[in-house]
Amino acid sequence: MAREKLTSLKNLRSEENQFQLRLVVAYGFMLTMFVLLIGRFIWLQVVQYQHFTTLAQNNRISLVPILPNRGLILDRNGVVLAQNYSSYTLELTPSKIDDIDATIEQLKTLVDVTPRDMKRFRKFQEDAKDFETLPLKVKLTDEEAARLAANMWRFPGVEVKARLFRDYPFKELTSHALGYIGRINPKEKQQLEDDDKTTNYRGTTYIGKTGIEAVYEDQLHGQVGFEEVETDSGGRAIRSLKRTPPVNGNTLKLALDIRLQEIADKLFGDRRGALVAIDPNDGGVLAFLSKPGFDPALFIDGIDSQTWTALNSDWHKPLVNRALRGIYPPGSTFKPFISMAALMSGIIKMDDIRPAPGVFVLPGSAHQFRDAEKKGHGMVNLQKAITVSSDTFFYKLAWDLGIDRIAPVVGQFGLGSKTGIDLDGELSGVLPSKEWKARRFARLGPAAQKWLPGDVVSIGIGQGYNSYTPLQMANATATMANDGRLFRPHLVESIVDVKTGRETRVNTTPIRQLPFPQTYFDYIKQGMAGVLKPGGTAGAIGAGLTYTMAGKTGTAQVVAIKQGAKYNAASLAEQNRDHSWFIAFAPVEHPKIAVAVIVENGGWGAGAAAPIARALFDFYLTGKVPPAIADDLKTATLPIVQAPPPAKKAASDEVANP
Amino acid sequence: MKSQILRRLWAKLIEPLDGWLMLFLGLIFLLSLLVLYSASNQSFDKIDNKLAYTVLSLTIMWVIARTRPQVVMHFGPPLYLIGLLLLVAVHFKGITVNGSTRWLSLGFTRIQPSEIMKIALPMMIAWYFQKHEANLRWWHFIVAVVLMLLPVGLILKQPDLGTATLIMAAGFFVLFFAGLSWRVIVGGLIAFSASLPVIWHVMHDYQKKRILTLIDPMSDPLGAGYHIIQSMIAIGSGGPIGKGWLNGTQTHLDYIPERTTDFIFAVFSEEFGMIGNLILVGLYLLIISRGLMITARAQTLYGRLMAGSITLSFFFYAFVNMGMVSGILPVVGVPLPFVSYGGTATVTLFIGTGMLMSIGKLRK
Repeated sequence: MAREKLTSLKNLRSEENQFQLRLVVAYGFMLTMFVLLIGRFIWLQVVQYQHFTTLAQNNRISLVPILPNRGLILDRNGVVLAQNYSSYTLELTPSKIDDIDATIEQLKTLVDVTPRDMKRFRKFQEDAKDFETLPLKVKLTDEEAARLAANMWRFPGVEVKARLFRDYPFKELTSHALGYIGRINPKEKQQLEDDDKTTNYRGTTYIGKTGIEAVYEDQLHGQVGFEEVETDSGGRAIRSLKRTPPVNGNTLKLALDIRLQEIADKLFGDRRGALVAIDPNDGGVLAFLSKPGFDPALFIDGIDSQTWTALNSDWHKPLVNRALRGIYPPGSTFKPFISMAALMSGIIKMDDIRPAPGVFVLPGSAHQFRDAEKKGHGMVNLQKAITVSSDTFFYKLAWDLGIDRIAPVVGQFGLGSKTGIDLDGELSGVLPSKEWKARRFARLGPAAQKWLPGDVVSIGIGQGYNSYTPLQMANATATMANDGRLFRPHLVESIVDVKTGRETRVNTTPIRQLPFPQTYFDYIKQGMAGVLKPGGTAGAIGAGLTYTMAGKTGTAQVVAIKQGAKYNAASLAEQNRDHSWFIAFAPVEHPKIAVAVIVENGGWGAGAAAPIARALFDFYLTGKVPPAIADDLKTATLPIVQAPPPAKKAASDEVANP
Repeated sequence: MKSQILRRLWAKLIEPLDGWLMLFLGLIFLLSLLVLYSASNQSFDKIDNKLAYTVLSLTIMWVIARTRPQVVMHFGPPLYLIGLLLLVAVHFKGITVNGSTRWLSLGFTRIQPSEIMKIALPMMIAWYFQKHEANLRWWHFIVAVVLMLLPVGLILKQPDLGTATLIMAAGFFVLFFAGLSWRVIVGGLIAFSASLPVIWHVMHDYQKKRILTLIDPMSDPLGAGYHIIQSMIAIGSGGPIGKGWLNGTQTHLDYIPERTTDFIFAVFSEEFGMIGNLILVGLYLLIISRGLMITARAQTLYGRLMAGSITLSFFFYAFVNMGMVSGILPVVGVPLPFVSYGGTATVTLFIGTGMLMSIGKLRK
């Protein structure tokens, strides 16, 4: 009994010990766990403190870009050529939308989504990454925007945004000069990254693609502003912490006169071609036309493939910038320039009289080079040869000169090299020389590379390998007009800083002074003045001039005429007819304007191109509007908004930036 | 004279209470008011509610504290049975919210029967062991496990992994103090580890996701990982001394989910930093230490088992909540004891505290 009690007591004691042990174990376990937890706190709050602070800051503060307004583009009189306007767009962010097709179907019940909108959107989808926001429909009407806004809660990932759009009020008229802006594509994005410009383009969706818009992108874009806002977890802005306002893009003032541009355009009518007018005193481009043009608005929001294909396959080639990239043989407009080479070489003197027969036969060959005038022009000096445009005279001249004495002189006028105009994609054309031929035909072997004596003959009349852009011809003409001061032609005359209002003129110092005697310039210019006088090839065009005008007609062959055959325009398809050239400047004594005009397949120079130049000069120098087109003009009657006079500020600028 | 009456009333009022526990709980309560004020964006609505249910809880606690443990013990079996019946009722007629069926409508209010089990289950098992105190054999443990698995199984079915874990833990703590063989405990741990793949297999997708999220929150930063990432940012950016009361950016810009309830610790930690965390953990440690002292001195088996289970449950709640919010445990719905906003959980906690006090004072 006692023993039993003892055992039970023993049991009790051991049980008691057991229990105390378990209490200690439990307490130890809990302490361990708390130490573990504190270890975690040390990791998070001490070791990783900076990291999490950064994360909390990133959570809290987001930088919202504030877009600068793109700079305006004005013509020389202050007429707006490119501007911005605000409009609503319907935008989708594919990454935030589960079923895009279903969403678009539903949106279609609220706004009219055209097949064109759809095609464009699909194209964006292919190009863009998912998280980018893509426009489905732009330029919503107020009513559409309101209707969408009221239903927006139904569509996560769909937004109606107010955006600034680019507007080119003169559309086709300025398309080749101004170019256009368009959505930034992946390639341009990469370029921006490489140039370290990504920050400045945060929030920007558009970039200058071509023309002035592309070349002056840095000036026009401006500086993006930022607003530091505190955002909550739902992304809602709670309050603004700091605001750095954007700096709007600078205003570009062009040398271009939109009235002149429009008159040139109307004078062309439906014909194809190009016209470049330059102020010989500073290289400012007064008119820059490539016909036909296109509506730049088509490109701003992405062109759909159908329209794109149509524009590209159009044989009128509206997308080709003919003034900048069209390469044409200059025809007889080349003669004044080769004349300078002839005078400089000394093979002919100013008063040397030479025959100008109906036919030139290459010595030692039966090949006949014919003159446009079957009977020829009798005996003429070089000046007269320019005036009457004697082909045979110049065949002989070129033959006597040889290519090695032509290219170095003609090249000084800028022919065959880029003028350096402030536009992208300029072509340099071809100023033929032995070196050029060797380079050009390198792949065909030495036989093809060799310069043949006969090659030089047709170069004398601006055919053969000769080919230049209308811009080059205009600049060469201006250089001839101003007695050899070669300028870099420029569309932009000055840049107006939006912030300070300071107007900075672009550099207009001549690239070089051509090293030719003044007497030669006068001599050739007189020959060109004769062109517009009775007996000149454009004598009829010069009738009734109230100022003096000099020019040179040209007819560029598109197809070679067989030996003995006769050129018959009527029998040729339109594309195969000759191009009509005219270069001119006026007034002869103190030239204010120089122009090169080419009318594609327009026939002979005096027929199509020369009247355009004459009418253009009449307007520019006397204000006379050609009656035939007066009714169609929008701009000729525009009040001229003169920019505030440069005053003293500009004067000091000139000192600062000579 | 008047003060005499008041003094006697006061003495009567505090007579059943445990001074240390009251002190620690009082400090925690003050902290909880501060953090709740901040978490509710300086609105007094939730503070008012909290004061109201705390007064109610304290009243219930006081009543239990002045009741002898032996008396309270006898409520165990009926409470357990009622709880079990209600859980069955939930299974058939429960209200489903967010995909889980946890509530039962009583017409005027809804109750969560699993909450009753947090107290009822340890009471039931402790009562059962007390009844067989003289000759505890291994089969009594088997019966206890069955008693435990019945409600746990029903709650897992709801599904409510968090509450099921808490209840299972409370039951296990009773078994542990009742002398569950070490061999069984170690064997059980090994068996549990071995069966993890099976458990993984039967887990719900959302539960699996929570585990995966724990391992790598960045795997789904805007989905399952979002809450835990944001609360970790809150804690981490709080740093050693915190951002200061009412200055938590994560809190006030709405980045912390459930910030007055399950994630209130993130708010606290962001504003009071490492120092605040140490103070809070210290207070929990003090409460637990006091609880274990009461347990050690308890005179009956029931008293020991209940006091031990309640104390370890307090620890378990606190640890699981802080562990989950700081990203070392999966996200389960466990409130931070005495701090999280919520009436039902608080009442349960204070019932437990009341029992602890009654065991501490009255011994038998």
